[in-house]
Amino acid sequence: MSQALKMDDKAQGLKWVGTRPVRPDGVDKVTGRAKFGADFNVPGMLTGKVLRSPHPHALIRSIDTSKAEALPGVKAVITRDDIQDMASEFVPAGEMLVNYRDMVRNVMAREKSLYDGHAVAAVAATSASVAQKALKLIKVEYEPLPHVIDVLEAMKPDAPILHEDMITEGMDPKPTKASNVSKRVEFGLGDVESGFAKAEVIIERAFDTKPVHQGYIEPHACVASYTEDGQAELWCSTQGHFVVRTHCARMLGMDVSKIRVTASEIGGGFGGKTVVYLEPLALALSKKSGAPVKMVMSRDEVFRATGPTSGAHVWVKIGATKDGRITAAEAELKYQAGAFQGSPVQPGCMCAFAPYDLENVKVVGYDVVTNRPKVAAYRAPGGPISEYGVECVIDELARKLDLDPVDFRLKNAAKEGTHAAYGPKFGPIGLVETLDAVKAHDHYKTKLGPNQGRGVASGFWFNIGGETCVALNINEDGSATLMAGTPDIGGSRASLALMAAETLGIDYDKVRPIIGDTSSLGYTFLTGGSRATFSSGMATVEAAQEAIKELCVRAAKIWEIPEDAVVWEDGHAKPAGKNAGDFEPMSLADIAKMAGKTGGPIVGYTKINAQGAAPSFGTHLVDVEVDKELGRVTIVRYTVVQDAGKAVHPSYVEGQYQGGAVQGIGWALNEEYIYGKDGRMQNAGFLDYRIPVASDVPMIDTVIVEVPNPRHPYGVRGVGETPIIPPMAAIANAVADALGIRFSELPMSPPKVLKAIEAANGAGD
Amino acid sequence: MSKTHVSTTINGDPVEFLCEPEQTLLDVLRDELYLTGSKEGCASGDCGACSVMLDGRLVCSCLVLGPELNGRSVETIEGMAKGDQLHPLQQKFLEHAALQCGICTPGFLVAAKALLEKNPDPTETEVRYWLAGNLCRCTGYDKIIRAVLDTASEMRGS
Repeated sequence: MSQALKMDDKAQGLKWVGTRPVRPDGVDKVTGRAKFGADFNVPGMLTGKVLRSPHPHALIRSIDTSKAEALPGVKAVITRDDIQDMASEFVPAGEMLVNYRDMVRNVMAREKSLYDGHAVAAVAATSASVAQKALKLIKVEYEPLPHVIDVLEAMKPDAPILHEDMITEGMDPKPTKASNVSKRVEFGLGDVESGFAKAEVIIERAFDTKPVHQGYIEPHACVASYTEDGQAELWCSTQGHFVVRTHCARMLGMDVSKIRVTASEIGGGFGGKTVVYLEPLALALSKKSGAPVKMVMSRDEVFRATGPTSGAHVWVKIGATKDGRITAAEAELKYQAGAFQGSPVQPGCMCAFAPYDLENVKVVGYDVVTNRPKVAAYRAPGGPISEYGVECVIDELARKLDLDPVDFRLKNAAKEGTHAAYGPKFGPIGLVETLDAVKAHDHYKTKLGPNQGRGVASGFWFNIGGETCVALNINEDGSATLMAGTPDIGGSRASLALMAAETLGIDYDKVRPIIGDTSSLGYTFLTGGSRATFSSGMATVEAAQEAIKELCVRAAKIWEIPEDAVVWEDGHAKPAGKNAGDFEPMSLADIAKMAGKTGGPIVGYTKINAQGAAPSFGTHLVDVEVDKELGRVTIVRYTVVQDAGKAVHPSYVEGQYQGGAVQGIGWALNEEYIYGKDGRMQNAGFLDYRIPVASDVPMIDTVIVEVPNPRHPYGVRGVGETPIIPPMAAIANAVADALGIRFSELPMSPPKVLKAIEAANGAGD
Repeated sequence: MSKTHVSTTINGDPVEFLCEPEQTLLDVLRDELYLTGSKEGCASGDCGACSVMLDGRLVCSCLVLGPELNGRSVETIEGMAKGDQLHPLQQKFLEHAALQCGICTPGFLVAAKALLEKNPDPTETEVRYWLAGNLCRCTGYDKIIRAVLDTASEMRGS
């Protein structure tokens, strides 16, 4: 079971925050009642389907939809001609930026098909079977072009060019010729050359990672209803319905106020549902057909046309003195963006060496387009890739220096006051605490069996805040309805209700949290960047404080005493001070039932741009066993240690740690996009793109470290993303420990491991 | 093509429906009968989100055709709780926080119930292999396995 290095809840007087009640949406989810994206239906609804290009790179000469339109039951067909073109403009989406010129081309191909699976037309019909038949009647004339799938191939001067106008940004002098490199970024501190000159040991190594998909079990789905007066309703599975509204309004040329988006329950996202794919198409089909349109992707479409994250080529060089002090660190990162610019190479660069207190750092990154689906954010976008390379080299360096890998990290660990290479000075952070906890854990002391190895890796993620609204309605019976705008993807309604109950001083069961639609709250940025519990939590506490202020005003009115003579304690208004008088305390319910007579409804409404999101550091410890005959790597034991700031609902914090670790295990051992020479994806299904199943993994132990975030009322840090950063390096380090062979390519799947073992044995003969 | 008329039993109740020959049991449940608790994650029998019991056997409803249902008996997630009483597995999933997004949960519950009916005292390994056909991307399986083992222990005790 899990352990915790916790703040003492009782000492802080916390009654609800830090407890583990059943989540408010729980019963709906165990009974099948919860409505996810594809579970929503409206009367008269049509079925929409997308025709996708089989060509990784081709000019689209013409599209003839006449036969499809003539098929009985077909109500609308749309192509590039129905989607308005847009100028280049960057807007934030999660931790990444999107560009509208690219976005319109990604939702529906214009001049070219840029990847296998690229949408070229869409149909709305009276049934799925009619829509399917109609797709086959659409004639698209393609002119295939040479394609490029690999990132290094795409950077070669003679590579097929995806975008004729792509001139690399961030180069001096600016290139004059188009290439597939959209930009070069650089971050640094000090002088790496002099740093390496001081080093007594230097390790450098290149790594390759494959694109991996977020792998949410729920495919993208939506229902759009566009009415004759130019207004629209949209129900969809998304991490950010306000962001969906913005994008759809822009693409359809509508006022934002005329689109109302309701977020369904969301069946996983991990960053992959921060962008739009079907939504603008469904709206355009609904507009053209005059009827509501439902669209649901197949799993094949999810793999071929959404997500994944970048595959990459990563080079890392680190130098240290013999006593284990790092003198310089350098990395070069080449990330695939997919068909359009915008890989997470920038956050990848910023994260790369963030766990370390360094004087001399240089990180250079390249964003490279290839004929693959445009990447989307995936849990700590960019971080896992660069930190995988760095944490492997750190481990190799520790071994070479004959230092314990935890001690080596402790010697160089970032702490409060460390100037991170990407800019800021860290406030209170918990990396050292996670490393200490690993050293103290019995897992670190157990003896390994034959063919087993142990690995350690640390990880860092920024976490974000941002625009957030929350409404807290105090009901006439003393219960409270809490409305947040961040879709609840993993239990955040429970943590928001806990913080509301704690602040108001009422029972958790008295707070009913819901996710409001886009017309019910002010603009609220999406659930991403590990911001939901942090930002909506901060807004919830402020809304509760506002409600408390009003409750005190009402009590003062009832008691006929000055407002400043009322204090709020344990869910009650109490008279306090010399001018207060002697009155029995009034509960929230007592005051609420008289609200109509004392001034009307009592509501707390908060609109903030949440600041002060603090990074979360984690360290993972893993034991593996390698089957030398089959090449299979089995995870024998796994422990996640991470700083949560404050775990509001510890079960769901543990769940984030465990889920992130297992996604990382998949990334490390099995998952990859496989392409044929024809540029088509060969494993677009869960049978061949194999995510971990229950029998692949052991229990995942967790240790919650709590170094409170001083900028949050309950000390919360985002926790969702950091857990996917350390697993790949931790497992690679464990495999190296078991075999004495260091892998520099993911995934470490059985054929590759077997090949490496055979090569090593051959070399030894 | 004309639709097929099918008479079947779902969660103990007689049900009739019309379906196209290519519609799966999952399509029928979700699109014709509006029983949307069974989910489509893959439509190829790889994710288990559509798990139901067909004549007492655990199946992926995406791999069964609607017209095959004539005269047979289907149990879905919607039939698991009795009145306002959750099944012990449903209760334990809640207590153990064995779900995050919840999309895979109905499939896991149906599959876990089938396991406990067959084997009331499974080992952790047996639970892991039985549930290996159900994909969960959020939890890392830890809390799901604990919830199933805890339910088994409680049901044996009672």
